[in-house]
Amino acid sequence: MDLSTDFMGYTLENPLVIGASPLSDDVDAIRRMVDAGAAAVVMRSLFMEQLVREQLAAHRDLDLHSDTYAEALSFFPERSDFSLGPEEYLEQVARLKATVGVPVIASLNGTTQGDWTRYAGLMAQAGADGLELNIYYLPLDGDESPDAVEQRLADILRQVKAQVDLPVAMKLTYFMSSPVFTARRLEAAGAASLVLFNRLFQPDIDIEALEVHPSLQLSSPAILKLRLLWLAAIYGKVGIPLAASGGVHGVQDVIKAVMAGASVVQLTSALLQGGTEHMSTLRRELEEWLVSHEYESLRQMRGSMSLLHCPDPEAYERANYIRTLQTWKALTR
Amino acid sequence: MQRRSTTTWDANEAVADVAYRLDEVIAIYPITPASPMGEHADTWAAQGRANLWGDVPQVVEMESEGGAAGAVHGALQAGALTTTFTASQGLLLMIPNMYKIAGELTAAVIHVAARTLATHALSIFGDHSDVYAARQTGFAMLCSNSVQEAHDLALVAHTATLHSRIPFMHFFDGFRTSHEVAKTERLTDEDLSAMVEGPQLAAHRERGLSPDRPALRGTAQNPDVFFQAREAINPFYDACPEIVQQTMDRLAERTGRAYHLFDYVGHPQAERVIVMMGSGAEAAHETVDWLVARGERVGLVKVRLYRPFSISHLVQALPSTTRSIAVLDRTKEPGAPGEPLYLDVVTALQEMRVEGGADWLQQVRMVGGRYGLSSKEFTPAMVKAVLDELLVERPRNHFTVGITDDVGHRSLAWDRELDIEHEDVVRAVFFGLGSDGTVGANKNSIKIIGEHTDFHAQGYFVYDSKKSGARTISHLRFGPRPIQSTYLVGQAQFVACHQWSFVDRYEMLDLAAPGSVFLLNAPFPADQVWDRFPREVQRAIVDKHLRLYVIDATKVAREGGMAGRTNTVMQTCFFAISGVLPADEAIGHIKSAIRKSYGKKGDAIVRMNETVVDQALEHLVAVPVPTQVSATRSRPPMVSEKAPTFVQKVTAVMMAGHGDLLPVSAFTPDGTWPTATAQWEKRAVAEEIPVWDPAVCIQCNKCAMVCPHAAIRAKVYAPEELNGAPEGFSSATWKGPALKGQAYTIQVAPEDCTGCTLCSVVCPAKDKGNPRHKALDMAPFLDRVEPEKAAWDFFLELPEVDTLALGNSVKDVQLRRPLFEFSGACAGCGETPYVKLLTQLFGDRLLIANATGCSSIYGGNLPTTPYAQDANGRGPAWSNSLFEDNAEFGLGMRLAVDQLSLQARSLLRTLAPQVGAELVQAILDAGDQTDADILAQRERVALLRQRLAAATDGAHLDKLERLADYLVRKSVWLVGGDGWAYDIGYGGLDHVLASGHDVNVLVMDTEVYSNTGGQASKATPIGAVAKFAASGRETAKKDLGLLAMAYGNVYVAHIAFGARDTQTLKALQEAESWRGPSLVIAYSHCIAHGYDLSLALDQQKRAVETGYWPLFRYDPRHDGPGQARMQLDSKPPKGPLSDFAYNEARFKMLVKADPARARMLMEKAEAQVHSRFAMYEELARPPAESSDDAPADDAPADPAKNR
Repeated sequence: MDLSTDFMGYTLENPLVIGASPLSDDVDAIRRMVDAGAAAVVMRSLFMEQLVREQLAAHRDLDLHSDTYAEALSFFPERSDFSLGPEEYLEQVARLKATVGVPVIASLNGTTQGDWTRYAGLMAQAGADGLELNIYYLPLDGDESPDAVEQRLADILRQVKAQVDLPVAMKLTYFMSSPVFTARRLEAAGAASLVLFNRLFQPDIDIEALEVHPSLQLSSPAILKLRLLWLAAIYGKVGIPLAASGGVHGVQDVIKAVMAGASVVQLTSALLQGGTEHMSTLRRELEEWLVSHEYESLRQMRGSMSLLHCPDPEAYERANYIRTLQTWKALTR
Repeated sequence: MQRRSTTTWDANEAVADVAYRLDEVIAIYPITPASPMGEHADTWAAQGRANLWGDVPQVVEMESEGGAAGAVHGALQAGALTTTFTASQGLLLMIPNMYKIAGELTAAVIHVAARTLATHALSIFGDHSDVYAARQTGFAMLCSNSVQEAHDLALVAHTATLHSRIPFMHFFDGFRTSHEVAKTERLTDEDLSAMVEGPQLAAHRERGLSPDRPALRGTAQNPDVFFQAREAINPFYDACPEIVQQTMDRLAERTGRAYHLFDYVGHPQAERVIVMMGSGAEAAHETVDWLVARGERVGLVKVRLYRPFSISHLVQALPSTTRSIAVLDRTKEPGAPGEPLYLDVVTALQEMRVEGGADWLQQVRMVGGRYGLSSKEFTPAMVKAVLDELLVERPRNHFTVGITDDVGHRSLAWDRELDIEHEDVVRAVFFGLGSDGTVGANKNSIKIIGEHTDFHAQGYFVYDSKKSGARTISHLRFGPRPIQSTYLVGQAQFVACHQWSFVDRYEMLDLAAPGSVFLLNAPFPADQVWDRFPREVQRAIVDKHLRLYVIDATKVAREGGMAGRTNTVMQTCFFAISGVLPADEAIGHIKSAIRKSYGKKGDAIVRMNETVVDQALEHLVAVPVPTQVSATRSRPPMVSEKAPTFVQKVTAVMMAGHGDLLPVSAFTPDGTWPTATAQWEKRAVAEEIPVWDPAVCIQCNKCAMVCPHAAIRAKVYAPEELNGAPEGFSSATWKGPALKGQAYTIQVAPEDCTGCTLCSVVCPAKDKGNPRHKALDMAPFLDRVEPEKAAWDFFLELPEVDTLALGNSVKDVQLRRPLFEFSGACAGCGETPYVKLLTQLFGDRLLIANATGCSSIYGGNLPTTPYAQDANGRGPAWSNSLFEDNAEFGLGMRLAVDQLSLQARSLLRTLAPQVGAELVQAILDAGDQTDADILAQRERVALLRQRLAAATDGAHLDKLERLADYLVRKSVWLVGGDGWAYDIGYGGLDHVLASGHDVNVLVMDTEVYSNTGGQASKATPIGAVAKFAASGRETAKKDLGLLAMAYGNVYVAHIAFGARDTQTLKALQEAESWRGPSLVIAYSHCIAHGYDLSLALDQQKRAVETGYWPLFRYDPRHDGPGQARMQLDSKPPKGPLSDFAYNEARFKMLVKADPARARMLMEKAEAQVHSRFAMYEELARPPAESSDDAPADDAPADPAKNR
């Protein structure tokens, strides 16, 4: 069965991609997953602002009390092998590249203020096959128009593209006023692929302590449906491949995502829970399903249930919403 | 001659560099100012740097200098090349072994950063009292006067010891040389091997004990042979001076730097000559050259080899024209006929006279004098004063120079205006805050100048004794000739002030030479700066025709992302204005220094600093100086006019930085100082202070509990006291069960607060509608200082609460006045809240024996001290003996108090007829457990005094009057850190705990030697990186509590105030009430843990939750049926240990440096946490049946009473 697909300008053997997660810290684990069928690996994100914060914190913790008091000119031993820059990340890019034969995609996470082009350059130098940009920006202050917010994504992308000669995927958030429009805009700005969607940290409230606790739990298949909607909507409106990210756990989820229009699926929570074994199971089950359902290839299936091709496009729209609600009422009555 | 590379470093590093390369075993122990030598050795070993022999030497930290000396002795006996580094009391602890090492003719070198010995006071600074105290051990003594010399003579010592078999003490002045940064030529490995290699090295090894060629050393000898055997050593001492000279000559052949046992400089026909050693000799050298150039016949002998003292070499060094000699000693030996070097020189010349030496010897007059104790300045003017004194017919003998002695009248006067420095020496002085990075930047500047110009360069740095908001002064010199000015800059061409607040506080411009530059960091537009100066500053600028440059460096730094770190901004301005290098070139070097300093800590820091450097010059403004003084305001007084006379006359002078001017008569001769002086030192170091909102406050008093500086307080008082309250004074109605309806105030002492934010962080009271607003919010200091000052003054006048009306909860105890306030501890200190709490609980009856360390420094370092007095004039009596003996010292206090109390009780019985049997019985039978008991007893004692005064007959009335206060129980606490309790003082602590006496030990455990800069102790946990454990500590922290529990009759508690303050409080009260020994081990967060201490209370909670710091109380009284002595006060470990550990740089560093090792150690630590907790749980299980042990009631509760 031909499971091959396209992502960021590469032809992949199958649509199963290791998503951005701490999995990429472990070279051996990645090698095993690739052996089990993973067709590409997206590395854990380098959080630019966090990197800066960590450096500032280390500076504060290690240097601020130096040379302040006659008896103690410092409080920590000098360590020359100590590194807080992006070096560790960049070395990991090189290590992964040397270990696996599939594309290694580096990932950058930051707000709009991030130093995108510089870090993108460093990642290109380190040998990354591509870059995933995760522009984590919540316009909470209400000062910016939706257009400005979304335009900024394209601007950052253009800057990065001007600096580095690497395919760049844009990982999108689902808070957009016009996702299809934005998808087109990003394609025009040079995106090699679009990844739907970023999962945002969501706050919880401690009602006793009057504190807010940000939380991020592992995903569940429940969040896949939002991805399916917008994959289906964007598929065919842009020429670049789409990736589903978030909520893809079992083989049926993979199939749904591809049918909605995804060229690849990014797997994170499922792999964190199921490990290498889950990867080989998915790879096997995907092939078995296509064979048993007599598909010619994965490509044949891709986008078959998108807005463009599905038998009942209206089902994706408001009518669907109303019907769902009515059903719900019926159930609760 | 080979040209060697130059290095700009201090003598500690320059000496360690030689010692490390030559030695195989290095035993270390931290002590100021020698610690950096051991730190370098440890760091290099951790980095795998090889010594000259191709191996990484064994660097081992010991438990004390005594231990280090023992390890050195053993390593030497087994044939290794061995060294150690020390100073001061550390050297004293090595003396017993030094006798052994020398007596056995063992080649070894001890490098000493010479430091004052503690006498009437401790001093960390430099003089020769320590090395002189070891001069009788048989060690050769070689003295270096500068960084270059220390580097060179370190090699001479290591070489000569192998050739002579006599062990060497190589010393140089603590701080003045050990910490002076100077450009030096670095000896190559070839230099080192050419000097030391040879048959002597092989012979040293062959003398090592080995079962392959068995021998025995360390015999016990009897009267028949000891004497002769001891004298057998003489030929080696006779030969040693010549060996040292030959070694020096060999070094000179290689390097061109010639040294002699006694180096003479000055006029070839000098008549007046100074003999001295140490860094002061360089200032003397400079002065002698200057005087000779002015036609004076003066000279100087620098003593380099002090032991063995070669009389013949000394006499040869002196010109035959010498008529008078002044011998200067940097020590004091009270009661001696003279100081050591003086006596040696007198003896030497007298011997030569008797031997029929040259004619001039018959005529020469000799005097001795003291200078430079505790790094007291020794300047050319003082040298000249000494030489001038030799002009008079009968020069004063046993004089002092550098102080004004208006008691013994022994001091020489000197011309304070004399300045002999050459015009081509550029001198610059920088005033900064410790935290703004001024010193670090100046160290870089010196390196830049040293390494990128042909100039010689020197940097010396002066720190104050506070650990928060500390001021630093950097003294930089550079010029075309070697710099011998071993004293502070007196007249600078460049004065920089990095902190605006100093303008009102210090007379910085005293140091400005006429026409010099004054560079100022000011938080105002440049055109407003002039008008904001006080008169004194304007006057100095106008009169001295200073050039004024202003920059808002704080803003530049903040905008560049480096808030608070103004150092690189000011450094850039310095280079631009001074022109010592072309500006572009200088900026390039500054940037590469930044990359070097910060590179490994990340590119962002580097880029931010670079941005700041690029921005600096754009914001630098040359301000035109008016011709007239226009200011109407004067600099505010150093202390309030309400301060006591002593504080006005002495303390305030020291605070202003003019302590050097105080005469001998200003001081008590025995080191006794008044307490309660910190309240007069208004340091105003906070940028933000807390503001109290009574409407939101829930009156828990946790803020007062956690404040390290007692700068936020709670009071309950009668509402009518509010009459006359200043505007803005806040008050609420007290909700407590006791004293309900009274008024209540939380008040900050704005100028004593350090801005650590702990009070605001701990505050649980949030505004329901706007939880961001708490009962305590931080607000800018400048906005709040004036109203809060008035409020604080009013608050202090409010009456203290009646403690008897209150309970024992944290909330109630925090209403008591702390008798430990405004210490110099770090902002956010984790130790001081415990000390403060002690004083709140037992302050009026508290004796503290304080081990040397952080707590002795913030507790007792002048100018002001934090222990205070209550309204009755009672308060903690405090003393510090040494580092190693504190347990014994405190036990001695207890014994004395018990004995005096015993005497008082016995007298009381005797005097019962005169004072009334009923009162006597009441006093003798009185309880002494509670505050009420103590108060009642004080009242009885007052009554007793009245009756004693009224009584007429009776032999012992006066005696009892004097001892009557001992009828009230005293609380003796032995306080110190983990370095003391776990390491150097453990033997004594163990003994004192075993003694059964009623002493209370408070160990404030920061898990490192905090005061000396974070060296590992046996309290350092697995996985933590510390100095002397640079690769992460591998072994478990010593379980000190468990060791103490083994005795059965010791009360033991493990506490953490930030995790459970109620348990902390209970433990201290139980410890005090237990009439046997008590040991309280208190978790103390510390800047040496490497995190933002505003998060410290959360970290303490995590420490307890993860099982890292279990809380427990082990009470020997809980001995009844079904009772366990051990009570666990915290729950089993929850969550991974890394939740706690990786918030702190000490653990996190290792993850970044060596992730695999970090993981391994963390797993080990985690396992250990669980097994320890399981063991504690086992201990806490009540026994199934009542134990056979004697019930605690029968334990020797109070040994004094049982006698």
